[in-house]
Amino acid sequence: MTIAFGNPDRPNSYIGKTVPRPNAPKLVQGRGRYVDDITLPRMVHVAFVRSPFAHARIKEIDSGEAQAVKGVLRIFTGADIAKVCTPWVGVLAHLKGLKSPPQHALAVDRATWVGEPVVAVVASTRAAAENAVALIDVDYDPLPAVTDTMTALDADTPLIHPDLGDNLAFQRLHEEGDVEAAMASAHKVVSAQFRTARHTGVTLEPRSILVDWNPAEGQMTAYHATQAPHMIQTVLATHLDLPESRVRVICGDVGGSYGIKVHVYPDEVATAAIARIMGRPVKFIADRLESFSTDIHARDHEIEAKIAVDAEGKILAIDVDDWTGIGPYSVYPRTSAIEGNQVVNLCGGPYEFANYRAKTTVVFQNKAPTCQYRAVGHPIAVAITEGLVDMAAAAIGMDPVEIRRRNMYADDCYPVTSPAKMRFEGLSHHASMTKLMEMMDYDALRADQAEARKQGKSRGIGIASFIELTNPSPFMYGIGGARISAQDGCTVRMDPDGSIVALSGVTEQGQGTEAMLSQVVAEGVGVSPSTVRVITGDTQVTPYGGGTWASRGAGIGGEAALQAARALRQSILEVAASMLQADPGALDIRDGQVVDSNSGAPRLPLEELGRIVYFRGDTLPKDLPRELVQTRHFITMDYPFAFTNGVQASYLEVDTETGVVTLLKHWCVEDCGRVINPQLVEEQIRGGIVQGLGGALYEEIHYDSDGQLLNGSMADYLVPMAAEMPDMIIGHVETPTAESELGAKGAGEAGTAGAPAAVMNAINDALRPLGGQITEMPFTPERILRALGTIED
Amino acid sequence: MTQAFRDKVDVSLTVNGEPVEARVPAGQHLIDFLRTEQGLTGAHASCEHGVCGACTVRVDGQSVRGCLTLAAQVDGAEVWTVEGLTDSGSITDLQDAFVARNALQCGFCTPGMLVGAEELLAQVACPTRGEIREHLSGNYCRCTGYEAIVDVVESVARARAGKGLS
Repeated sequence: MTIAFGNPDRPNSYIGKTVPRPNAPKLVQGRGRYVDDITLPRMVHVAFVRSPFAHARIKEIDSGEAQAVKGVLRIFTGADIAKVCTPWVGVLAHLKGLKSPPQHALAVDRATWVGEPVVAVVASTRAAAENAVALIDVDYDPLPAVTDTMTALDADTPLIHPDLGDNLAFQRLHEEGDVEAAMASAHKVVSAQFRTARHTGVTLEPRSILVDWNPAEGQMTAYHATQAPHMIQTVLATHLDLPESRVRVICGDVGGSYGIKVHVYPDEVATAAIARIMGRPVKFIADRLESFSTDIHARDHEIEAKIAVDAEGKILAIDVDDWTGIGPYSVYPRTSAIEGNQVVNLCGGPYEFANYRAKTTVVFQNKAPTCQYRAVGHPIAVAITEGLVDMAAAAIGMDPVEIRRRNMYADDCYPVTSPAKMRFEGLSHHASMTKLMEMMDYDALRADQAEARKQGKSRGIGIASFIELTNPSPFMYGIGGARISAQDGCTVRMDPDGSIVALSGVTEQGQGTEAMLSQVVAEGVGVSPSTVRVITGDTQVTPYGGGTWASRGAGIGGEAALQAARALRQSILEVAASMLQADPGALDIRDGQVVDSNSGAPRLPLEELGRIVYFRGDTLPKDLPRELVQTRHFITMDYPFAFTNGVQASYLEVDTETGVVTLLKHWCVEDCGRVINPQLVEEQIRGGIVQGLGGALYEEIHYDSDGQLLNGSMADYLVPMAAEMPDMIIGHVETPTAESELGAKGAGEAGTAGAPAAVMNAINDALRPLGGQITEMPFTPERILRALGTIED
Repeated sequence: MTQAFRDKVDVSLTVNGEPVEARVPAGQHLIDFLRTEQGLTGAHASCEHGVCGACTVRVDGQSVRGCLTLAAQVDGAEVWTVEGLTDSGSITDLQDAFVARNALQCGFCTPGMLVGAEELLAQVACPTRGEIREHLSGNYCRCTGYEAIVDVVESVARARAGKGLS
């Protein structure tokens, strides 16, 4: 029996409807339980001495004064921790040539970025630990720091890791067709340089971990603000030499993650190692400076790119040369080469063209390590592609919407393989563009822009089409050798009172996973979502799964939940059929009752069935299966990734005197396949857009040429505030994936993928009559005034 | 002057309507006092710089930053946190509207956001969207993009005005 998604009046029709999040009321009442809210008996706190140098040899460590601070219990150096914790190497076999040296939990002999943990101080209070940290005297011998990406491979640049032979972490060149010939014969070739700034996620809850090692039970329990509990279980077991089965990772409420909390951090592993040594609970909560200097950074790319078009605006070729600096180590275990690799995979994504060349060069530097952050590589690839397309349109005098329509893959051409060798199962670029045009009333907006220009106001409209990679298969990490699960599981059971419990391997970070699971399970079984209790984030309790990353929760975790729920429904109906002397096919479950499927007449409440199964099983036939629990796992098999698509538009005004940009409105049409919960999808997209707008206008981590971090507080690293953000209009086109019955693809990263390009194109649309163009993010007032020639020095 | 006298301060205050007497370290912030000494973990420490508003609590009728206020400063004060405001029922409509509109995702900013929003609602009967956005600019949210929060504050203001509550 399949679900009639086309019929909104079908019984138990919760998929596709906005239902409230079961875990939201506790959060608005201050009853959430984030890691720092947990206090365990005999718990101690750890704080870290961090390298003040970007690159330095560690000589003597004098902790005598610190040892005397009241409350200080133990002090650990890198060598101390290395005795119980093996180093790791952040490489994946399928990223050919990627190299990275062994990385320790605490630096041993050498520190390689400002903020790298060097010494750990454990005390009875965090305050005492911090006081002692300030008294530890580390004798450093500073070494030359490598901070510039573009000169990292020059012969006279010092080597960060001499054993590796050079500062190159990874390079990939992809070529399709004949780019040179296409460029030579093109009507127009437009080239540009783009720059995306170094960002970080700024989760309001800092990285947090509380690890308890109970030697009597031989069990480690880590309460961890993480996106991937099972991955962390594996990592802690591997590097602390524990059986995987003896490590339990519990992930309760998480205060924002956006990719920041899916990585392995040395200070967090050190915390676990210290718990193992001390045999008592150890808590580490990063402070805000530690967040800025040691949370992963991302998006620090410099790009030269070209596009060739014919006289009708058809794209003939795209050529991209991308460079990025990733810090001193490739981050374990997902690696820091993925972002550059994604740029190669995603440039030109919406468009049908023949000749494509893209190269990414990933180099080491003495700055905080970079790794996957929301929309990994997408904002960069979309900015390059959509920036070039707009410039080409301007060069041939064509409307930016028209040039896109002439090049986007036709909605009926799928399946199709892109020049980057990405396989698209089914996308809706044209339908999405048509919907966007209606929503924003494009022609009226152009008229408004022209009217504003007459009054001396510089307004711009920017369009950005995009594709987004979601529902990843093992092609993302597993084939490279990482124990990162692309499959996910769900166990659904019925308890005696007829209520349903669903245990899932995907995790809740605030995006609404538990609401999504509750409504999928409710529909799958035939009960109200309010009777479904969802449990996530405990490796000892839930089926094995990957957690939250690459927009996989609904598409993969949701499908596992649906299949488990459908299987439980069948189990319930078989018991009911026996009790009622009926054919299971003639029965259905609706709103918590077994009913006659034709008439809808109630036959048996689930709590009565539960009473019989659990307390009067003697009344059922001896050979009747009566397990009211089912587990299903789901993995995508047909495509390496489920691509989604969408298009965004920005309308804004540039103050040409001050360079300040005012966002007037923003639109997004997104096709994430089956929409399970419209409100959750729309709010994911809005939140994602604003994260993208932050990158476009405000966010930039600054280092000086010595590798000193210059803006390590929220007062200095600007993120979007309520006052600057626009209202956002969201629309949907639904092209379900045929890989699953649910048909859902991911929606969590689309907003962030497209927003910066839409803003860039809107600013350039506003500046074009004045002869200005900007391609370096963030688009600060200073950069805009430079583009206008107002500032020249 | 003894070391103990310099390092510790005696305070007497009410927290969520209940009397509290404590001897606090002179350097302890109000947010740490509430979270670690009083077990009130609803408000959160985040930027520790007075920028993000996650630690916002109400002191003597005003929104204050728990990370910029010392516990020693609130001697004699009346302090309300999200736990007490919840128990009192005074912001139930606002909380219900946050849930209904999904104006929170991770929820880490939400307790502070509620205190900030309630302060505006107490001051201005029917604030404009611009006024709401301006007032809430001291409360960062990294998840929602703010629009849903603005919607909630606007709708609750209207509902309260309709009932003559403002």
